[in-house]
Amino acid sequence: MSETPIFEARDLSRHFDVSRPALQRLISREPRRTLRAVDGVSFAIPPGTTFSLVGESGCGKSTVARLAVGLYTPSGGQALFEGQDLAEARRSVAQRRRMQMIFQDPYASLNPRWRVSDIVGEPIRAFGIAQGGAALREKVGGLLRQVGLSPADGNRFPHEFSGGQRQRISIARALSSNPEFLVCDEPTSALDVSVQAQILNLMKGLQRELGLTYLFISHNLAVVRQVSDRVGVMYLGRIVESAPAETLFTAPRHPYTRALMEAIPDLEMAGRERQPVGGEVPSPISPPSGCTFNPRCPLANDRCRAERPALIAARGTPETLVACHAVEEGRDGFEAREAA
Amino acid sequence: MAAPLLEVRDLVVEFPGRRGTLRALDKVSFEIAPGEVLGVVGESGAGKSMTGAAIIGLLEPPGRIAGGSIALNGQRIDNLPAREMRRVRGKRIGAIFQDPLTTLNPLYTVGDQLTETMRTHLDIDAAEARRRAVGWLEAVGIPAAAERIAAYPHQFSGGMRQRVVIALALCAEPELVVADEPTTALDVSVQAQVIALLRRLTREKGTSVMLITHDMGVIAETADRVAVMYAGRVAEIGPVKSVVKAAAHPYSAGLMASIPPLSHRVDQLPQIDGAMPRLTSIPQGCAYNPRCPHVFDRCKVERPELLPAVETRAACWLFDSAAPRERTHV
Repeated sequence: MSETPIFEARDLSRHFDVSRPALQRLISREPRRTLRAVDGVSFAIPPGTTFSLVGESGCGKSTVARLAVGLYTPSGGQALFEGQDLAEARRSVAQRRRMQMIFQDPYASLNPRWRVSDIVGEPIRAFGIAQGGAALREKVGGLLRQVGLSPADGNRFPHEFSGGQRQRISIARALSSNPEFLVCDEPTSALDVSVQAQILNLMKGLQRELGLTYLFISHNLAVVRQVSDRVGVMYLGRIVESAPAETLFTAPRHPYTRALMEAIPDLEMAGRERQPVGGEVPSPISPPSGCTFNPRCPLANDRCRAERPALIAARGTPETLVACHAVEEGRDGFEAREAA
Repeated sequence: MAAPLLEVRDLVVEFPGRRGTLRALDKVSFEIAPGEVLGVVGESGAGKSMTGAAIIGLLEPPGRIAGGSIALNGQRIDNLPAREMRRVRGKRIGAIFQDPLTTLNPLYTVGDQLTETMRTHLDIDAAEARRRAVGWLEAVGIPAAAERIAAYPHQFSGGMRQRVVIALALCAEPELVVADEPTTALDVSVQAQVIALLRRLTREKGTSVMLITHDMGVIAETADRVAVMYAGRVAEIGPVKSVVKAAAHPYSAGLMASIPPLSHRVDQLPQIDGAMPRLTSIPQGCAYNPRCPHVFDRCKVERPELLPAVETRAACWLFDSAAPRERTHV
């Protein structure tokens, strides 16, 4: 890639101390306990594209989202904004303006006591983008129109809007500082499916129009397929597979990715009998040794239980990066599946 | 169809309030046959959970049944005194809710909760109840059931807890299980396990299921028939394949189309503009008429009943055989 990525994570980690209070630890002779929410994650997002992270709850995808906008500081590795260290970049107002976040719950992320025009106008004021009341009002009105609301809605309060409309307000607020990089943490998970379609279409349209770059976090693979250029699948704080969206969905390689796709109930598959993946996601406080998926993996052997696999180009689909010994050794039956 | 196990007729649920009475359910009618799984889908606020709550007699006050009837095996259960309703609930109707942590009592072991439920509703002694409790935990796939029976709910993971709730709902051998979003709080890989379990156990015991969820994928894989609800009314009801593949009601069709497909990428997802009306401002005539692409004059005045459509029954004037009308194409 010749272009500098808008955002890049290099071996990014975030650990949380979840030890019990010192005295209790002393009495019961317990060691400190660390939750490795994100444990060595690397990816890059070229300008104007969408990179998605998918995974089940607790896999660390939301922590990555927060790291990407500087709401958390990394415990290890680096977060880079256009090649510059993120913490460094965020010290400058001009750079900070260029990144924004959209949160999952539009009921919690809007201040109920503020009018919509104040919510959307705050970043404009804070960054000094429009001078004077008239210019501010005009800019806010334009933003509301851009997300499919009417400028008159600015005088109302968040509780007067439905969930989908509130998420439109969140998007208008995020756009108000003319950002280039948007981090969207489950932006449609709290919405009904018909409204979800509205918001996804809106986000796609805005990307075409404004050339936005998205880091898109979701647990819903079908949604991810619709919006992404590249997808990373996370499991227990690590990316286990990363591939261009089409490749990931047509030729998933990691056994976990394949199990996830198998598990999703789909309209096309009415009445089919499935073989659900066994077990549950283990605790990230004491993850299994070696490959963290090994206790649930049908292909696990001694090496998988001992040695942590690196994220490397997959045999057969070189654009896919996958962390799996079975794929590397050719034990995953990929060739046989392709031939069939 | 054989005599229905559950028959809901013109059910009306109202909430009296300061600014007038809200009608949360407006003449909801459907049936569930013995051994059948009926899926109930709709967006939040459509009244699916309300319907479930009315059937198990757990409407939140001041909500009350203001009309219609609910009959289980021919016996009215909507007007039973609270004492008798308690005998029905648990014994004849089991319930599974979304959040297993609030369903289970944190102060009792899962074994205590299972044995208590069975001894309340079945005529068995303590030893037998305990033996069956272990059997149920095994049946729902909890490893080392004989030891885990003495564990408290917090000692189980989310998926395991929901398995315990399923055991609890089924242990008194009810005729009907009302499952309200049973897998919504679970991760997809665990959701698949729990759905498969629920389907297998109810099939083995011949239990009927009313499965309430907003996830069409779950319905498509689990239900025999499906009812689509909109603004407190049933918009369409029919065999699951027909509703998923060839929905007749414009709302169900729009709802199915707006689900992002997993199998391919589409440039623009079909979307239904607008939002479901609030209960305070349900439009006259068909509740869907302001959003409907096929709307005509009659829809704005007269409320449609469920009419035989192609493969289903749909509450839509397009299917009035007495006044046929071509679908407008948009």
